[in-house]
Amino acid sequence: MSGPSTYKPSTGFERWLDQRLPIVRLGWDSFVDFPTPRNLNYWYTFGGILAVCLMTQIITGIVLAMHYVPHVDHAFASVERIMRDVNYGWLIRYIHANGASMFFLAVYLHIVRGLYYGSYKSPREILWILGVVIYLLMMAAAFMGYVLPWGQMSFWGAMVITNLIGSLPIIGGPITELLWGGFTVGNPTLNRFFSLHYLIPFLIAGAVILHIWALHVPGNGNPTGISVKSSRDTLPFHPYYTVKDGFAIVVFMLVFAFFVFYWPNALGHADNYIEANPLATPAHIVPEWYLLPFYAILRAVPDKLMGVLLMFGSIGILFILPWLDTSKVRSMRYRPMAKWFFIFFVVSALILGICGAMNPDDPSPFFGMSYLWVARIFTAYYFAYFLVILPLLGFIEKPKPRPASIEEAVLGPRAHAAPAAAE
Amino acid sequence: MTIVKRLLVAAVGALALAAPALAAGGDQHHPEEHTWSFEGPFGTFDRAAVRRGFQVYQNVCAACHSMKLLSIRNLGEKNGPFRVMPDPEHEGEVIEYTNPNDNPYLRAIAANYIIVDGPDSAGEMFERTGRPSDRFPSPFANEQQARASNGGAYPPDFSVIVKARHQGPEYIRSLLLGYGHEVPHDVHVAPGQYYNPYFPGGKLAMPPQLREGIVDYEGDIEATPEQMAHDVVAFLSWASDPKMEERKQLGLMVMIYLFIFAILMWFAYRAVWANVEH
Ligand code: HEC
Ligand code: HEM
Repeated sequence: MSGPSTYKPSTGFERWLDQRLPIVRLGWDSFVDFPTPRNLNYWYTFGGILAVCLMTQIITGIVLAMHYVPHVDHAFASVERIMRDVNYGWLIRYIHANGASMFFLAVYLHIVRGLYYGSYKSPREILWILGVVIYLLMMAAAFMGYVLPWGQMSFWGAMVITNLIGSLPIIGGPITELLWGGFTVGNPTLNRFFSLHYLIPFLIAGAVILHIWALHVPGNGNPTGISVKSSRDTLPFHPYYTVKDGFAIVVFMLVFAFFVFYWPNALGHADNYIEANPLATPAHIVPEWYLLPFYAILRAVPDKLMGVLLMFGSIGILFILPWLDTSKVRSMRYRPMAKWFFIFFVVSALILGICGAMNPDDPSPFFGMSYLWVARIFTAYYFAYFLVILPLLGFIEKPKPRPASIEEAVLGPRAHAAPAAAE
Repeated sequence: MTIVKRLLVAAVGALALAAPALAAGGDQHHPEEHTWSFEGPFGTFDRAAVRRGFQVYQNVCAACHSMKLLSIRNLGEKNGPFRVMPDPEHEGEVIEYTNPNDNPYLRAIAANYIIVDGPDSAGEMFERTGRPSDRFPSPFANEQQARASNGGAYPPDFSVIVKARHQGPEYIRSLLLGYGHEVPHDVHVAPGQYYNPYFPGGKLAMPPQLREGIVDYEGDIEATPEQMAHDVVAFLSWASDPKMEERKQLGLMVMIYLFIFAILMWFAYRAVWANVEH
């Protein structure tokens, strides 16, 4: 990892193990002694929170899978059986169902952090790309998980999404048939979605390991965007960040527990407590809240294929973001123009989420324009932010003066007089 | 209102509604507000109301609506309506029946049902009286039969009905009491349909159910339509979410635990970072 290892095996066994499998050394260098910028704020705690979310989903998911029956005739009743007859089944299922929402809440805050502080810029491009891969896998896992309880939204959501893929030229048809395992959404679909839903979280876990590896080569970024220059800029990960992340995790768990125990169905759709019925289409088919902005982008164009391409493009564009942003300055703290475009970008993503939940033809409070047109305007801004604004700003904008080092940013100009703390 | 204000109001409203998206538009009435004992973080089921509601369900609704996912024994499980009952011999005291299968109230309820069981050792199906461990029998053999008896409409299963409707308790109560409104002239109500402005689309195949005195309540509570609607919704809310009380009780402990844990972590954080500028 970055810098020479400081691990010193203290017992005979540790020395013996270290020569054969230096796993304690890996843990020590990654999570104990790892030099971490001293100025990380709470926006940097979501990585740890996300790790907790993934573990929570995997553990509760494995227990659910012991009781769940992936068959169209039994899936719905088996989930209700978990809720009623399995000891603490209601708790496990509510943690899993709300855990998916909490996972996305955390990942969105984590991504917003990255966009604002320029975490995607050199030398962290691979780290960023791995993050986008994790995000895509999360969406696939959540989409397939939502199909499993086999309620009305499960079924019709699966229908809408698989049909979308079917609109892709040439490959669309065969992919859809493979996903369905037949010619429509049915029992084979449910079976393979269950299998894949079990698999994907472990792919995510693998991608997370790479993500952390790619983090530990350049080390953490920080709110100033200034690279670490000396050991006075950093603190050892433990105890400084274990305790700070720990505090944030417990606060996050408070919010999580509030939903699980007091508002467990608030983030879901009532229709999913109606068993799937291929003959009755619900009045409104809406995805889970965390996919709504993309649903709005999808519906923003009249042509189905274009909609699908635009929707995938809206995520695909994140892969090349490190090369679209031409500014040399990482943190938007020192980018007076980019900052405002960014804030407006976050607002438009939220507005797109609202549009995704609404009937596109209904009038919006926005000059009485239909939600369809509101979605079009903000979709345009979404793409313009990445494709026009960020590339141009690097040339136009005059960044504010930046501190010479993290140390100076924290301590002010007296930095050099002060003794190095915590060393 | 200014544009900004309207936007804000819309945003807040939409966020609140985003997941349980709006029911059909038109002139559908909003469900009427009502106060329930099970609302709020400390709310519990009113056992007596749930028992009366079960009576309404059994005497009225069960003629058309199944409740497939529940067993009779569920009524006597922890926090169930028939678990703790007044002691018939000692006024003012109660008995807790810890084994639902031996609960005399449930055995009496079960005895009302004829269950088809089998096959026996000769390979024949046979009929027997119900037991608390049986599922609630459905009124119709299958969906087709149910539709055939209800003018083509399917009376939905009641196991999770309250969770399956937006604002479930208010909606179902309003629906049950929502008959008898004047039919607007642009609405055509076909024979076998009934106008009810709380139902999406305004017309449903279920006739009005709660006539004054259709059930006989014990004691001095009068079986008015309002009272019956309140009771049957209390029962259905329990049936849809029988673990609600357990969930809220455990939730309180978890919240207190996490809250104290968070405070301790905060002080640990302050202590560790005390002499470090950051
Ligand atoms: C005579 C048969 C019959 C009886 C008795 C009956 N219902 Fe229904 N119910 C129906 C039918 C049929 C429907 C479906 C209506 C439709 O979809 O048009 C229905 C639908 C419903 C719905 C669902 C409305 C929706 O949003 O889809 C509820 C709730 C309901 N009934 C409650 C009750 C309650 C509570 C009782 C007992 C007090 C009861 N019903 C008694 C026939 C009946
Ligand atoms: C990335 C991690 C995961 C996410 C985001 C996720 C998401 C979801 C979602 C949204 C549901 C639907 C919940 C509902 O409405 O009832 C679900 C259900 C389910 N998941 Fe997962 N899940 C994850 C990991 C896992 C794992 C690792 C397993 C198994 C080992 C698993 C097993 C199940 C089962 C059996 C169900 C059906 C039961 C139910 O619907 O409650 N999940 N998942």
